[in-house]
Amino acid sequence: MALTKRIIPCLDLKDGRVVKGVNFLGLRDAGDPVELAARYNEQGADEVVFLDITASKEARGIIIDVIERAADQLFLPLTVGGGIRSIADIREILRAGADKVSINTSAVQNPELISEGAVMFGSQCIVVAMDVRKNPEMRDGATPITMPDGAVVWYEVVIYGGSHPTGIDAVEWAKEAERRGAGEILLTSMETDGVKQGFDVAVTAAISDAVGIPVIASGGVGTLEHFYDGFLTGHADACLAASVFHFGEMTVKEVKEYLRDRGVAVRI
Amino acid sequence: MTTKVAILDYGIGNLRSVSRGMEKAGVTPVITKDTTVMMGCDGVVLPGVGAFSEGMDKLGILREALCRYAEDRPVLGICLGMQMLLEKSTEFGLHEGLGLVPGEVLPFVKTPGMKIPHMGWNTIHTEQPSPLFDGIPQESYVYFVHSFYAKTGAEHTLTTTDYICRFASSIWNGNVYGVQFHPEKSGDTGLAILKNFISLL
Repeated sequence: MALTKRIIPCLDLKDGRVVKGVNFLGLRDAGDPVELAARYNEQGADEVVFLDITASKEARGIIIDVIERAADQLFLPLTVGGGIRSIADIREILRAGADKVSINTSAVQNPELISEGAVMFGSQCIVVAMDVRKNPEMRDGATPITMPDGAVVWYEVVIYGGSHPTGIDAVEWAKEAERRGAGEILLTSMETDGVKQGFDVAVTAAISDAVGIPVIASGGVGTLEHFYDGFLTGHADACLAASVFHFGEMTVKEVKEYLRDRGVAVRI
Repeated sequence: MTTKVAILDYGIGNLRSVSRGMEKAGVTPVITKDTTVMMGCDGVVLPGVGAFSEGMDKLGILREALCRYAEDRPVLGICLGMQMLLEKSTEFGLHEGLGLVPGEVLPFVKTPGMKIPHMGWNTIHTEQPSPLFDGIPQESYVYFVHSFYAKTGAEHTLTTTDYICRFASSIWNGNVYGVQFHPEKSGDTGLAILKNFISLL
């Protein structure tokens, strides 16, 4: 037996309710994250991620309430991200019952947050989320990544939800996150996010091979085969998806059965 | 009188899920760092995540009390809490543990293609029968997150797990039990293990 590959549903929360996928269907208007997480738990999800996209600082208490309810009812690993800017924020989220926090823009702006968080709370609970975008113009010092069509490009870290390029080389940033004590990397490629054409396996493999910590692939899954590619070609340790699960296009169980039948070690 | 289980709060780790797990198992969890309160409980859970030396430092005066407690009542160490039950660790230098179970804590050897920490769901293989794993099927999945592992004798090994090497994923010595994985994060299997611990009280 071996360590299994993980399937992680991600729930985007706004003011304490699940927003992605729910509005379109209309049926899941309840949109309660704890209920939805419980459903994914029953389907065999290996972890759950809550991403708080609430804009206002005042609404902060709502996510804490959601985490507390989730921790009381669900006995599986919970990661919470969004709006975490300080050690105090990390402490508050962990104390409410989250097992890991995911930090993104604030980690780029203040890399010390990774180091300090890892020392204070342990590497295992510091997930560095990074959004990356392909840059076709190779430059000196950038890590070259070969695309499936043979083109050699580099990837740049973008922040503020993908709106703000930083000039930072994605592979180097992943290595720095590891050096500073991150326990895991959550990688989202802006190239593939929301397009449903599959994970960006080129950059996922490049980063997964460059670091010794687990990498979660995110962004772009549309079919069962995309999960398989994420693990096999992207060398991901876990695959994260949102809309395919929320829209009911597939269940976690179906994904896992498919992967098992193709020889990938999963927990069923 | 209701059964009370002390969950040691020494400023490390997520106690909420362990506490709720205990409630689900039918006992009253008492989150405490007070030795007198601990001594008044029917069992003790030593949780923990993070670094070994920091854990031992923060444990402070609870160390001695815990060793006395374990002489005649059940203790369950979880993750770092399990590692601290052993005699020593080489994490960031050599550090002394509680010494309640013979053995030591070692780092996983860096191996190409194998990520550290060992993070996610893996199986436990029963090495000897134990009330802690009563009714738990062989090769059940539980959730792990750790970069160091326990090395102890076969007589103190309850289950093993394979990752980079075959390591002791749960250990025991008399009243003292330890699990490397997180039962409070391991769904129904984990809750069943917590219930089994409660049945020892």
